[in-house]
Amino acid sequence: MHTYPSPACEKCPAAPANIRRLGLGTGHWDYVVALAGNPNVGKSTVFNLLTGLRQHTGNWPGKTVVRAEGAFDLEGKRYKIVDLPGTYSLLGTTPDEEVAREFLLFGRPNVTLVVADATCLERNLTLLLQILQITGRVVLCLNLMDEARTRGLSIDTRGLARELGIPVVATAARRGQGLDELLAAIGSVATNPLNGTPRPPDIMPPELRDAVEQLTQRIRETYPRVENPAWVALRLLEGDPRTAKALEQGEFENADASTPTGQPA
Amino acid sequence: MNSAKDILHTAEELRWELGPHFQDEIAAKVSREASALAARHVQHADQPSGISWQRRLDLILTGRWTGLPAMALLFAMVLWITIEGANVPSGMLAGLLVDKIHPWLKALTLNIGMWPWLAGLLVDGMYLSSAWVVSVMLPPMAIFFPLFTLLEDLGYLPRVAFNLDRIFQKAGAHGKQALTMTMGLGCNAAGVIATRIIDSPRERLIAIITNNFSLCNGRWPTQILMATIFVGALAPPAISGLVASAAVFFVALLGFACALGSSWLLSHTLLKGEASSFSLELPPYRPPAILRTLYTSLIDRTLFVLWRAIVFAVPAGAAIWLIANTHLGNHSVAWWMVTALDPLGWVMGLTGVILVAYIVAIPANEIVIPTILMLTVLLSGSSPTDSPGAGVLFETEGHVLHTLLTSAGWTTLTAVCLMLFSLLHNPCSTTLYTIYKETGSWRWTTLSAALPLALGFIACTLLAAAWRLVLG
Repeated sequence: MHTYPSPACEKCPAAPANIRRLGLGTGHWDYVVALAGNPNVGKSTVFNLLTGLRQHTGNWPGKTVVRAEGAFDLEGKRYKIVDLPGTYSLLGTTPDEEVAREFLLFGRPNVTLVVADATCLERNLTLLLQILQITGRVVLCLNLMDEARTRGLSIDTRGLARELGIPVVATAARRGQGLDELLAAIGSVATNPLNGTPRPPDIMPPELRDAVEQLTQRIRETYPRVENPAWVALRLLEGDPRTAKALEQGEFENADASTPTGQPA
Repeated sequence: MNSAKDILHTAEELRWELGPHFQDEIAAKVSREASALAARHVQHADQPSGISWQRRLDLILTGRWTGLPAMALLFAMVLWITIEGANVPSGMLAGLLVDKIHPWLKALTLNIGMWPWLAGLLVDGMYLSSAWVVSVMLPPMAIFFPLFTLLEDLGYLPRVAFNLDRIFQKAGAHGKQALTMTMGLGCNAAGVIATRIIDSPRERLIAIITNNFSLCNGRWPTQILMATIFVGALAPPAISGLVASAAVFFVALLGFACALGSSWLLSHTLLKGEASSFSLELPPYRPPAILRTLYTSLIDRTLFVLWRAIVFAVPAGAAIWLIANTHLGNHSVAWWMVTALDPLGWVMGLTGVILVAYIVAIPANEIVIPTILMLTVLLSGSSPTDSPGAGVLFETEGHVLHTLLTSAGWTTLTAVCLMLFSLLHNPCSTTLYTIYKETGSWRWTTLSAALPLALGFIACTLLAAAWRLVLG
């Protein structure tokens, strides 16, 4: 776990902030944080840790069936946090996948916190790579680090962060470890949305590249403010009716990365 | 708008050129990239420790021959601990709330010169019913919920689904129904909501309709009380706790059989179809955080459920006192209701009081036992102050409740039929409302209420007839 080397660092503005857990008090908010991840990686535990709520947790996939919302206060800003149902992918058609995909696309979260199971990173990264196609404002939380360590796994979080271009934080949420680093990462992505330069690996198969690029180009020309034209192009190619409808009704158009969204009008 | 149409049109055309399998290619590419990333940044130590004991545990808990017996044993142990452990605290609570505080309140209201009818309504009605709910429900729940949550945190629930998958498949139902049924052991309304994890609408409906066959916490106290003071009392004191646990275990098992049977029936009649396949991840066993589990299951589950029970018990207590003290002609309203339902009760091996209690308890099963006790006391004419609870609640020898109920004409048959009817009757109104919200259909909601009620009527009537035939 990362620790701060000297007392001077504690006074630095980058040092862990005091969190004020607001439970259900989501009345008004400055930033929206979406909580995504595979089933049973500890999303609800992270959610409880951040909000001070006691959302039901249990060691089985699928227990969060109702979208839970909570809030916390960090450095005088209010964050609303939305616990999405766990999914292995965003490409499918199950109700859970639809709920998660819709929220990431149209709920316009300022930060998407992807919680991953550090003990089987490979499978968890497939979801992360798909999310990175939708939004670059992502923090990767490698949870269950304690379990990974007992299994003899060591993960190069810095290397991963450098390669992906997003903050990567190791946590053991059940023991409350890594909370400060996690908050700092969420705060920095929320307040400086343009700071990071995510470098997601290319997930387009070569056979598809031409078609996607052609379509992406058209979307960019017509709707210059669409944040994730490649993803939209891909969904249109798949014939997703929801994406087609959203494009026709201009739902992607407000996605302007430079202004914090989610604020009530 | 035109340009959106154009783009959609282009997408349409491009799709034809791509062939049918490009989605699989994307999925494959994503997982290739993910593996490459993981390979670059994750290092494995040579010997993965901590896996071997998990393997060994799984060999027993999900083994082909050992899985089901281990499950039955675990479940029976949870029941036994609950029943043995709840005895003494329940008695102490009843001694305090019913024997000490109730007469004190009664005296207080008379001393300050409160109108007798208001004192009766408040103290003999509302207070007494809540006191009964707390003393009957709190101890078993405070033991059962933490035990259940510990198993859940350990990661045992998906293994239950794994063990039972084949059985559910044979019944034409979804293997995840095992998960929703275990959630139903806590609360059927929660179990019905949990069926959202089942993707196929047909199998989800089956899971919703049959969830009521999982005994919910509102019904455990009824089962435990009847098993303790009637069934357990038949055995020598040394093993009466075991016998009582076995009786409750058998009823819960019967509920499971009814759920399977009705699932089979539904999937061969109204909801025809094959069981769909699904993948279920068996998570690693995780040592539960015991103190936090105790805290959250006590605060969130136990007190939450108890509060709900009290919220329903207070108006129910008032209603019971009113129908027992409002007179039509020479008798109270309660007397007329009980007398009218007595013949039907007799046929089912029950009594009119029990049937009235089940009508009063439609909002919440938790108040069945308090209602029965209060109605019995109020109708027998004795003052509630000097009657029930004048001793240890669950003690079997010379038990006050046993004496009270047998003097009202109860036999072992009544107790056994009550256990059966408590398992097989309509869900509480909260669950029914949840079913309506989840299915959006009055038809399925009605079926969910009618199916168990019909089963209960048939089962009780047959049992009572056979009992009377054999034992005279």
